[in-house]
Amino acid sequence: MTALDSFREETRAWLEENCPASMRTPMPEREMPWGGRQAKYPNPDTKVWMDNMASRGWTAPTWPAEYGGGGLSKEENKVLQQELGAIKARPALTSFGLWMLGPALLEFASEEQKKKYLGEIIRGEIRWCQGYSEPGAGSDLAGLQTKAEDKGDHYLVNGQKVWTSYADQCDWIFCLVRTDTSVKHDGISFLLIDMDDAGVEARPIKLISGASPFCETFLTDVKVPKENLVGDLNKGWTIAKRLLEHERSMISGMGMGAGAASMGGMEAVAKENFGADGEKIADSSIRQAVADHKMDQQAFGLTLKRAEAEAKAGQGMGAAASMFKYYGTEVNKRRFELLLDLMGTQALGWEGEGFDKRELAVTRSWLRSKGNSIEGGTSEVQLNVIAKRVLGLPDA
Amino acid sequence: MAFVLTEEQTMLKDMAKDFFTEQVPVANLRKLRDAEDADGYDKAVWKQIVELGFAGILIPEEHGGTGFGPMGLGIVMKEAGRTLAASPLYSTAVLGAGLIMAAGSDEQKGALLPKIAAGETLTALALEETNHHNPLNTAMTAEKSDDGFTLTGDKKFVIDGHIANTLIVVARTGGAAGDAQGLSMFLVDAKADGVSITRNHMVDSRNAASIGFANVQVSADAVLGSLGGAYAELESSLDLARVCLAAEMLGGAETVFDTTLEYLKERKQFGVIIGTFQALKHRAAELFCEVEICQSVLLDALSALEDRRNDTPRAASLAKARVGDALRLITNEGVQMHGGIGMTDAVDVGLFMKRARVQAQMLGDTNFHRARYADLGGY
Repeated sequence: MTALDSFREETRAWLEENCPASMRTPMPEREMPWGGRQAKYPNPDTKVWMDNMASRGWTAPTWPAEYGGGGLSKEENKVLQQELGAIKARPALTSFGLWMLGPALLEFASEEQKKKYLGEIIRGEIRWCQGYSEPGAGSDLAGLQTKAEDKGDHYLVNGQKVWTSYADQCDWIFCLVRTDTSVKHDGISFLLIDMDDAGVEARPIKLISGASPFCETFLTDVKVPKENLVGDLNKGWTIAKRLLEHERSMISGMGMGAGAASMGGMEAVAKENFGADGEKIADSSIRQAVADHKMDQQAFGLTLKRAEAEAKAGQGMGAAASMFKYYGTEVNKRRFELLLDLMGTQALGWEGEGFDKRELAVTRSWLRSKGNSIEGGTSEVQLNVIAKRVLGLPDA
Repeated sequence: MAFVLTEEQTMLKDMAKDFFTEQVPVANLRKLRDAEDADGYDKAVWKQIVELGFAGILIPEEHGGTGFGPMGLGIVMKEAGRTLAASPLYSTAVLGAGLIMAAGSDEQKGALLPKIAAGETLTALALEETNHHNPLNTAMTAEKSDDGFTLTGDKKFVIDGHIANTLIVVARTGGAAGDAQGLSMFLVDAKADGVSITRNHMVDSRNAASIGFANVQVSADAVLGSLGGAYAELESSLDLARVCLAAEMLGGAETVFDTTLEYLKERKQFGVIIGTFQALKHRAAELFCEVEICQSVLLDALSALEDRRNDTPRAASLAKARVGDALRLITNEGVQMHGGIGMTDAVDVGLFMKRARVQAQMLGDTNFHRARYADLGGY
């Protein structure tokens, strides 16, 4: 038996023992395991599962063990993911700390910072949000104005952030702040702020979908200890760019799966609404539209796989994250547009009688999908990045 | 799944790239066109292609080939597409070798494959009868005669039809147009009595012919594959050819994209390089994404063929359709971004756009393959 085989065997046995039965069922939105100081656990198993996995560092399987991570190799992690998949286990912890901040800390933070913050993330103790965009700095992110003044033993922070995901439910925020007003990109620093500190206030924003996953976050005379600066002073833009790559690949991944699947698949919805001629969707133009879309989706999925294979072989696809963000989100938006076309009036409900839960969810998801090509850098910004970094087209 | 080329495949690619770039540049096609060359291909170039082993790239070594398989063939076709290289590669090394390997008897393989690999026999597939590719709609008949069959009917859009020695003819020995049952294939000598071949001058300056069959007599051993049941063998070979065609098309798309990008970096208007304009930058970036997406579907389709995967037909239709869409966009944008000069015969981009139109129609256009993709997906 190889070492990997015995790892698989041991993992399988451990999961059998430690993954509660209810954590092997489909996860309702309200049971998402975000963790954090304000977390509520409508299903107590959620917390048990999180703690069990965190005890092995398996909420962050590939992070170094010295910081509380699993310390697994790529191959071991693959085995772990396969075994988790085999028992249909829910994620033990979902968090921006895991997806975005953690990788950036591993690369840029001091030893003390890694010790403190990574462990908190892994154990799901602190829920993080991202303070990047500002009312006056969207696509032009580096134009941000939130100021951090050096006051000797601390920074005094003043400004306003926007589109901070779930800020009203988060504990800490990682922020881009201006520490030099005389230059643009080279005057930005990366600062960690405790949202319990005086002067931090988050207000939810109501979106077209009716949901409020984002907030405005106001920072008024917030005193931030100097040790909360990550990386060098005025070098925050480097960290910001790296973090955006994580965010972009995360959002492009959203292009797959959800939506039509809940309705039994695009083809089934089409047949239900436009009739079936044997196996075929009876309306040929609808059939072509469905096929066209499914081909695009398949092509995108293959491209994700190719990028993975090339990365493994030590080859790079260039500004791959930007390409995936652009293409993936545009495909996802087209998917919901087509799904609404197929569903007709049943996609037009807002709430109440006449529509089932899945139909209402599709309508809301359609509205939510519009943000995919805006958040994390608009499609236009992604195209700029490709034009500049991959194609070498000159600036004006 | 092979998304990354092996060392051996990379060497093949480099060799093919050097060869086509240096020995068969686009100027070669212009020369054939302007000289109104009767054959429409350069015999000296074909000889070199044969010597490099490309004619027999699909053919196993026991039959005189190099046995590189579908992936190797796709790699070569892509490089040929980059320079619009006019040669019998597609008609003979892809379709001819593919069909005979898939459907031929041991005798037929032994007789024909070594000659194909040696470049001595050129083949052409006589399949199309209507304006749109649809093998099931074949109406041409082959009637049983005393010691063989009598072929009667008309074929069109036969690629390399006027230079081939051996025609592979699809005809009905049963059933009616629309039926899969009753289709058969025949090996017919191009010089046989009753065969009349007319070369068609195509918009891409490449070879195609219309061929009439008037009571053409063939013997029983001219049947290629199973009598009345050749549809499956035909389709699997067509899928190979569709993917190789997609490879050739993507090669063309890459060249047009590269040259257009170069042009954006050197052309000045309003006192600045036009590549600084965001309207053009975004379109160029979109074309880049198209090329990348197409690389993925092409490599997947080639590995499907290589590994004889069950979903090969779907992968082939995906490749032909998706690359077809991208090539149309890229050649049209290429002409547009070149501006007035793009309308002239002096630059190559127009040649690629004309070739793209022909390639789109070969073995099924995007509409055909979208519908087929849906069929195979069960919807």
